[in-house]
Amino acid sequence: MIVLPGELIDERKGRKLGKGVYEENGKVFAKVLGLPRVGDNELSVIPLSGAYLPNVGDRIVGVVLTVEISGWLIDINSPYKAFLPLAEAVDEFVDTSRVDLSRYFDTGDVIFGRISKVTKSKNVQVSMRDMVSRKLYGGVLIKVSPTKIPRIIGKGGSMIQMIKQNTRCDIYVGQNGVIWIRGDNKSRAIEAILLVEKESHTSGLTEKIERMLSG
Amino acid sequence: MKKEVKLFVNGRRVDSRLPEQLRPIDMKVGVVSRADGSAEVRFGNTVAMASAYGPRELYPRFLQEEEAGILRVRYNMVPFSVDERKSPGPDRRSMEISKVMRLAIEPAIFLEDFPKATVDVFVDILQADGSTRVTGINAASLALASAGVPMRDLVSACSVGKIESTLVVDLNGVEDNNSESDMAVAMMAGRGEITLLQMDGELDKEEVMKLLSFARENCRKIYELQKQVLKEYREGE
Repeated sequence: MIVLPGELIDERKGRKLGKGVYEENGKVFAKVLGLPRVGDNELSVIPLSGAYLPNVGDRIVGVVLTVEISGWLIDINSPYKAFLPLAEAVDEFVDTSRVDLSRYFDTGDVIFGRISKVTKSKNVQVSMRDMVSRKLYGGVLIKVSPTKIPRIIGKGGSMIQMIKQNTRCDIYVGQNGVIWIRGDNKSRAIEAILLVEKESHTSGLTEKIERMLSG
Repeated sequence: MKKEVKLFVNGRRVDSRLPEQLRPIDMKVGVVSRADGSAEVRFGNTVAMASAYGPRELYPRFLQEEEAGILRVRYNMVPFSVDERKSPGPDRRSMEISKVMRLAIEPAIFLEDFPKATVDVFVDILQADGSTRVTGINAASLALASAGVPMRDLVSACSVGKIESTLVVDLNGVEDNNSESDMAVAMMAGRGEITLLQMDGELDKEEVMKLLSFARENCRKIYELQKQVLKEYREGE
């Protein structure tokens, strides 16, 4: 079942409005082309296409665009650039008047971080103050449609875990649609991920990919 | 361009249509692989191709709006779209049509969802045989929906007019050039809201009301076609 913009999904009946929907006179309509999700508590539409718009908490793979006085500007594959402040990236004390920040991250470096703040006018801040965030050395980046990322990760990470195990690659998946891969088998990992993106709507995909990678 | 032609023979129009009959319509989605969304719409011999991009970064910065995004539409007739070669590039006519198309589509888009950014739509008329702006609007709306741009509804458009004192629907090139009056209508058909209404020539009040009801009826038909094409495109993927 697919809904198009302007199609009626359901009466609201006190439920929460999720992403991809809008309400008018108690009726809830789709805003984007996608798959409707009608739950007991929430109404939403999962988009099938579209650009990445940052949300707080998203895990992202970003590329450093410029080194600023007290932080970095990050390309997050979105209409908006993100800012990574010094305090959100480095634990030690840094005297910004003496130190050039490019010794931590320089233009072109790849980071794995988290969206920590998004203002109403879409000023985006990234944070690396947690255990999984890190700088990514070497490897290659591929871009996929951000709407296909949940399928690439799979239920509880099943799909991506399987690809990691079968190809023995290091893979970091950003919810912004950027994926970082490093390892000797990276071409097979890329092949597998692009196949998942292309056939994301079919079922039994995990098994199919597993057969492809082991065969 | 005005020619002495018989526009009606035995109640049939130059292309043997009935007064209230649309030309054969063909719609395709996803024709431009590098665009975020695209569509091609044919109304008889009129062909419009639209590609949509975005939301994406907007530069120069003074164009950015703090509270909402912007929509940019370009209507362009390619040089080989008409009998006599059209010199390429924007002219007064295409600039005006770009603007009215933008105004016709803008109410349907949730611009507030992407402040500072832009959505761009490029509409190219590959073959012109009357009613190019409404064909362009239909294509643009399909392209935007397939690009995943948040919208209130699809925008559907059609032209109506008066030729040889008869009210007709969907004018072709010859009829357009020899019409007494013609009217372009775009609407969010699911909501019944009109977003574009242009008229050229003379009509009295009854005729306008009659033509408007024709336009509503045919926009609904086009709307259903648009929905069908988009669904088939997504399900076939």
